[in-house]
Amino acid sequence: MEKRLVSVWFPYLKTEWMMRRNKSLRGPLVLYGKEKGRLVVSAVNREAADADIKRGMALVDARAVLFNLQAIEEPPDVFETLLQKIAAWFIRFSPFIVIQDPDGLLVDASGCSHLWGGEEKYLQDIFLRMKNLHYTVRLCMAGTTGTAWAVCRFGNQINIPSGLETAALEHLPPASLRIDPAVAVKLNKLGLREIGDLRRMPVAALRRRMGESCVQRLHQALGTADELLLPIQVIPAYQERMNCLVPVVTRSGIEMALQQLLEKICLRLAAENKGIRTAVLTTYNIDGKQQQTVIGTSRATSNAGYVSALFDLKLSAIEPGWGIELFVLEVPDPEDQLTGQENIWVQHRGWKDDGICALVDKISNKIGPGKIHRYTPAAHHWPERAYQPLSAVGSEPVIAWPDHKPRPLQLLDPPCLIKVTAPIPDYPPMNFQYQEKMHKIIKADGPERIEQEWWIQEGMSRDYYQVEDDNGNRYWIFRQGHYHSNHPVQWFLHGFFV
Amino acid sequence: MERPSKHIIAQLRKDLLVMGGLKMPATALSPGTALPFMRPCLPNGCFPLAAVHEFLSAEPGTLAPSQGFIAALVHLLFPEKTVIAWVTSSKLFPPALKNFGINPDQVLFIHPSGIKESLWVTDEALKCRGITAVVTELNGFDFTQSRRFQLAVEQSGVTGFILNSRKGNAAANACVSRWQIRAAPSQHPVDLPGVGRPAWDADLQKMRNGKKGNWVLQWNENRMQQVIPPVSIPAVERKKIAG
Repeated sequence: MEKRLVSVWFPYLKTEWMMRRNKSLRGPLVLYGKEKGRLVVSAVNREAADADIKRGMALVDARAVLFNLQAIEEPPDVFETLLQKIAAWFIRFSPFIVIQDPDGLLVDASGCSHLWGGEEKYLQDIFLRMKNLHYTVRLCMAGTTGTAWAVCRFGNQINIPSGLETAALEHLPPASLRIDPAVAVKLNKLGLREIGDLRRMPVAALRRRMGESCVQRLHQALGTADELLLPIQVIPAYQERMNCLVPVVTRSGIEMALQQLLEKICLRLAAENKGIRTAVLTTYNIDGKQQQTVIGTSRATSNAGYVSALFDLKLSAIEPGWGIELFVLEVPDPEDQLTGQENIWVQHRGWKDDGICALVDKISNKIGPGKIHRYTPAAHHWPERAYQPLSAVGSEPVIAWPDHKPRPLQLLDPPCLIKVTAPIPDYPPMNFQYQEKMHKIIKADGPERIEQEWWIQEGMSRDYYQVEDDNGNRYWIFRQGHYHSNHPVQWFLHGFFV
Repeated sequence: MERPSKHIIAQLRKDLLVMGGLKMPATALSPGTALPFMRPCLPNGCFPLAAVHEFLSAEPGTLAPSQGFIAALVHLLFPEKTVIAWVTSSKLFPPALKNFGINPDQVLFIHPSGIKESLWVTDEALKCRGITAVVTELNGFDFTQSRRFQLAVEQSGVTGFILNSRKGNAAANACVSRWQIRAAPSQHPVDLPGVGRPAWDADLQKMRNGKKGNWVLQWNENRMQQVIPPVSIPAVERKKIAG
């Protein structure tokens, strides 16, 4: 597909932003900042520019030119993010937006403009929308970044068909090539006033005298050299977009949009034998707000109905506000889909059962992914570290569950400090007090010493006893550390056996 | 008049159970054979599957024994390693399930927060055909909710076990059975010192189409055995005998 790039230039970006904020501002306006102890004009608006006030002029000189000039000190830190915000807003025109400091954007419109009914209408829509927002823009659409940039700022054409870049650039000044201003001045001094002059010069001579960057810029503008562009967001590989001509405000509208996007993306994924593990729906409200809805699945799927059922649980959280004008559905990391042969004879297919995967997805999307687990044994003796969550639903543990040691069905975490009466060292206690109730120990087994895993944690070992009280209840208690004459020994209740 | 033969009466009893809404288990499964001592109390001698059973666990010290009893039941009723869902809010220690014949990795542990989430999760799990049994810990549920669970399991064939930790008198509900499981003093076959095998005092308070029952049971090598408690002679009597 041939490249079509639109350069958007905001000649009066900062002043118009001020005037948008403060509706009472009218007439010529400049912003100023301090530079080497004097006040210097840093931005002008159209009326001020018409009176030949320029950036870099001393404020007193500007005041001398226009008696009714309004001057405002430039607020710090505001304009750094302004262009980024505008660029994010421009996402509705194309997914590929590049910021060109200090006051321009580059929109990659390849394959976008037909959605607006042609390039003319596309440019017109950008222009009118910016005009409604009280921003003056100059636009130029061309086949190369350099040409679009140059003609936008120095020329007067709006749409340059691909292949005619050379002609369009012929009479523009060399400064329009985005070269170093010092080089531009030098070229001007040498009498090279037009790009056409440069083009007809031998490349070797130009490179020797003006440097490599000048030659590179020339070739980039003419389309004979590539240019690296960094978009504000990288276009994900699996993304579908839907622009709405009429803003969507109802749930059924959102559902329909989601359905269409899902069908498109699932069709594509199915063809590549891939499936969704995570899907992100981003809605762009008409007032500039964005909302994200994320769902996850436990197994790669390309079933649109299944994924939309998971989204259904969360759609009510989307606030359409004044209306949603753009839906973007993204699948960040699709995984290869394993299509198993359906087996209708086996009643219980274990973890491969579709119903179980559906249940896991439904629950984890509704109450949160951290609340549903399978566990696998961990190679640790320390009871609190004896198991860990298993990563995927369908996977199997690597090591077997140990079953040769008594372990309680209920494990207190952290262990509960208890008061005991213990006869002599290395004997289980005779009784213990837990929750203000005295338990008399009738039977006991132990001790089972569990040492600290020193490579993880320092501390005292534990001597565990399995004890049974006079009611028939069985407990797991331990003594921390060895008996020592200097400090009293501590006993803990750690669990309840059956 | 000629007396009707025995098998006609047995057949009529079976028909009555079916009319009463009891689902006959498939012939391949004969749940109940692993629990021979319980058979007289069970409808048609079979432990009701595709039904919801209630276990009272409000008394202190009954939660762990009830959980162990359910784990043992699940192991005996579904010996093939199928998927179980365990909705828990307690400090369940998964590796210990291995002691009752359940591989902890065949269990899907769900930890909801709050009663509303617990009920929703339980309902969803009971509807899922891929699961064989759902164990859930609830702090009380009303009649309507138990009806919902019952309808869900009738559709899906899942067997539900509810640990009800609500204190006070048990409310009426649609569960097919109600159990009270307490820990029983462990016994050694020979009089050895130390703690013996896990033991329960199981009280079956209700069984639809069945009878009440009470057993002292112990867990021995992945089997549930009835323990005949030794006849205890009060100390006064003993003195008399001694003379």
